[in-house]
Amino acid sequence: MHILKNLRRSLLLLPAMLLAGCNTVLMNPSGDIASQQGRLIVVSTVLMLIIIIPVVALTVLFAWRYRQSNKEAVYSPDWDHSTQLELAIWAAPLLIIIALGAITWISTHTLDPYQPLRRIDAQRPIPADTKPLVVEVVALDWKWLFIYPEQGIATVNELAAPVDRPIEFRITASSVMNSFFIPALAGQIYAMPGMQTKLNAVINKPGEFEGFSANYSGAGFSGMRFKFHGLSHEGFDQWIAKVKTGKDGELSRALYQKLEVPSEREPVRHYATVAPDLYDAILNRCVDSGKMCMKQMMAIDAEGGLGKPGAFNVATMQSWQPDNINSPKRKYVTAMCTTEE
Amino acid sequence: MLEHLDLTKLVFGRLTWEAIPYHEPILIGTFIAVALGGLALLGAMTYFKVWGTLWRDWITSIDHKKIGIMYIILGLVMLLRGFSDAIMMRAQQAIAFGDNAGFLPPHHYDQVFTAHGVIMIFFVAMPLVTGLMNFVVPLQIGARDVAFPFLNNFSFWMTTFGAGLVMASLFVGEFAKTGWLAYPPLSGILFSPDVGVDYYIWSLQIAGVGTLLSGVNLLVTIVKMRAPGMTMMKMPVFTWTALCTNVLIVAAFPVLTAVLALLSLDRYVGTNFFTNDMGGNAMMYVNLIWIWGHPEVYILILPAFGIFSEVVSTFSGKRLFGYASMVYATVVITILSYLVWLHHFFTMGSGASVNSFFGITTMIISIPTGAKIFNWLFTMYRGRIRFELPMMWTIGFMITFVFGGMTGVLLAVPPADFVLHNSLFLIAHFHNVIIGGVLFGMLAGITYWFPKAFGYKLDPFWGKCSFWFWIVGFWTAFMPLYVLGLMGVTRRMSHFQDMSLQIWFQVAAFGAVLIALGIGCFIIQLVVSYIRRDSLRDTTGDPWDGRTLEWSTSSPPPAYNFAFTPRIHDNDAWSDMKARGYERPLEGFSPIHMPKNTAAGFVIAALSAVCGFALIWQMWLLAGIGFIAMLVAIIVHTFNYKRDYHIPTDEVVRTEDARTRLLAAHV
Repeated sequence: MHILKNLRRSLLLLPAMLLAGCNTVLMNPSGDIASQQGRLIVVSTVLMLIIIIPVVALTVLFAWRYRQSNKEAVYSPDWDHSTQLELAIWAAPLLIIIALGAITWISTHTLDPYQPLRRIDAQRPIPADTKPLVVEVVALDWKWLFIYPEQGIATVNELAAPVDRPIEFRITASSVMNSFFIPALAGQIYAMPGMQTKLNAVINKPGEFEGFSANYSGAGFSGMRFKFHGLSHEGFDQWIAKVKTGKDGELSRALYQKLEVPSEREPVRHYATVAPDLYDAILNRCVDSGKMCMKQMMAIDAEGGLGKPGAFNVATMQSWQPDNINSPKRKYVTAMCTTEE
Repeated sequence: MLEHLDLTKLVFGRLTWEAIPYHEPILIGTFIAVALGGLALLGAMTYFKVWGTLWRDWITSIDHKKIGIMYIILGLVMLLRGFSDAIMMRAQQAIAFGDNAGFLPPHHYDQVFTAHGVIMIFFVAMPLVTGLMNFVVPLQIGARDVAFPFLNNFSFWMTTFGAGLVMASLFVGEFAKTGWLAYPPLSGILFSPDVGVDYYIWSLQIAGVGTLLSGVNLLVTIVKMRAPGMTMMKMPVFTWTALCTNVLIVAAFPVLTAVLALLSLDRYVGTNFFTNDMGGNAMMYVNLIWIWGHPEVYILILPAFGIFSEVVSTFSGKRLFGYASMVYATVVITILSYLVWLHHFFTMGSGASVNSFFGITTMIISIPTGAKIFNWLFTMYRGRIRFELPMMWTIGFMITFVFGGMTGVLLAVPPADFVLHNSLFLIAHFHNVIIGGVLFGMLAGITYWFPKAFGYKLDPFWGKCSFWFWIVGFWTAFMPLYVLGLMGVTRRMSHFQDMSLQIWFQVAAFGAVLIALGIGCFIIQLVVSYIRRDSLRDTTGDPWDGRTLEWSTSSPPPAYNFAFTPRIHDNDAWSDMKARGYERPLEGFSPIHMPKNTAAGFVIAALSAVCGFALIWQMWLLAGIGFIAMLVAIIVHTFNYKRDYHIPTDEVVRTEDARTRLLAAHV
């Protein structure tokens, strides 16, 4: 009886949960990728409920019907096998998983964040001459840097994009792992130092959306949030113009190295211009021109390496947390002299 | 050279008075409470003169039953610590909105959630699982002890001293602030220069040795020491799941040991396996840790499945439906658990085909798991179900776990995972399967086998209170987290801006309070049962009308478990014996060869904890001394030839006669 009472209670709770669940950002997003992902959650859940609901119902039914005090019920203590039943209980989940597996294979490929978009939304394909808006994203401790190579600007903790124009994010990080996530726009992707990940997405409705890091990255993690503005095309141009008059001036390599120092809850910053190839230098971990770029290091290694001299081509870097006495010094590979210098 | 030698640094390493957190009121309060409680306990133990018994009968004991009980005590004690962390997190997240920063600064909060995860997995779930396997498996297969009894004692103490190191981090220094898997680069020396990650590494390394050796031990026990007639397909299902779990332990834990060793090389020696510069790659760590980490969740859940199988069959008064398919399902899960690890990081940029592969392998695991659920269901079908506590936990499990399984399969769909990964939806999912599966299983197992271990049942009233608080508390605490996950709220946040989320966190915190009451009722249940032990006494050794061998011996079983090794003809061995009118042999006893207690396990484990503590604080002198002392203790132990003894016939006769009288008096 206890079980029935509990079940009734959870059944009452369920619609409230469902109602609350439907109104959430994941179920009701504003970007086409996120809406497809949201729909996938619903489809998969419904598919699985085909098994789950009968199982729960049968559990309650059997528990009630075959209770000890019910002498009416059949009791067959030695009945422990039925080939048909066994086939059915393996086949039923198998069928569901075949269906879900097919959905998984197809949706994982169509919603692959690395693939350029094929449509703006369910009704509109991408016009032939569309060039995506490129945004380079750098996760810093503990703020976000966005570089717009096409527009030549950069911002901290503020992101904007025109509606219905595909966006291509190229994502890296300066020190530890973070995850770049704007729930209203599209699923997340990790931001990792020395590596680049990609995300293709489009925002379909204008508005102000939440963006944040979805992977714990240390003390300032909770405050590592930014606003993502979905703007009309005119609105986006105005926003670019505003950033270009930004008081923070040029984001030079030296300034980036200052920005990189850990800090929490940074205000929004607008940089009118950006040092050329800054993103490439961040990705290859050679913003400090004394350090060898990873791509150069890898090219040397691919040629067979430097041999013994490579062991001497190192220097010690500044500690990351100068005020912590335990903060150790680490070594890095120094850059080779180039013809430019 | 020598004049540069800093003696203080050599002896104390990094340990200074600064490391004692006397400026943190929460920790000081905890410390005072622990110290007073500890002193009271020590005083009481001295007063009641139990030190000798404790040393002879428990600490140095190599009886698998006592070691099993000690494992479970360790698990329950650490549950209190892990749950304190949980309730602090729930409280922090329920109040830290807008201008209110809550009562835990990030520095403290980040340690709390790391410690919660580490403790709950390594020092609660693992000891409970290992403890039940230790206690039950030899009894179920008709053996007198495990294959390597000394190793068993040593494994237990390694696990316990590992737990001790985690507890030490509370009052000396700090724990890791990295999350329970300590992903580099965050856990690397550059971003975590303090002792926290070192505490993490060494406590897990020391406990990991214990877990691995206990895995080897139980594996050999099950393979080599079954009673005559017990073929593999006549083994009780719990023993089957224990076998698969120990295969997983033996295959998976060395990976953990290796990956933590690489991380410690990065931290101590300056290698670059997982660093950003000099060619290191942190993703190698993520792959390696999950190659251990995913099998680990099956290490925990499989024995729970085994317990539910025993309980359902016993309390339905019926043979387990589909024994063979249950066994195959267990084996399939064991194998598949190695093919799914990448689903923990779909969002790290693997290609669509790789992600699909790992997504689909993950879903395939739900097929044998689903078959198991159906098997339990059809075991209940046409049964005579007695709603004793273990059965209530089992039904609670079946209804709760299927939803956790469902959200798990949902998370295995990579595009869905892109929006749900690291969210509170994920947190709700794995608590749904770990609480609803592992923990309910362990509580079912503890209530089920308690009369076997102590000779009296647990009090049902407080047990039922505990059950209802747990189950209602669980749903109240974790349903809001599912909703919050769908709202795009991510995990490990110590502060929120969006006030509209607060109500959900408050509901979740209320759920945590209900769970606290559930734990409280469980403790009361233990105390009340002890006080009322005479009226709860079981004299038959078979209080539930059990079906497997452990119920054929007395409760508690004698040191030698079985005076005569039983012969097995059917897979519900004891049920079969009862049906065929088994008569207990009353004469013809002979001396029984048994292993002898030894302090070596305790001593070696204690010395390795000293060594670990010294390495954490970089006290190189102490580390060296500790290491050498450990080696010496190991070598000395190899010269111990007094490892066994015989229980003389007259003692066996006395024990068995006492049981005969007891049985006769209560027919």
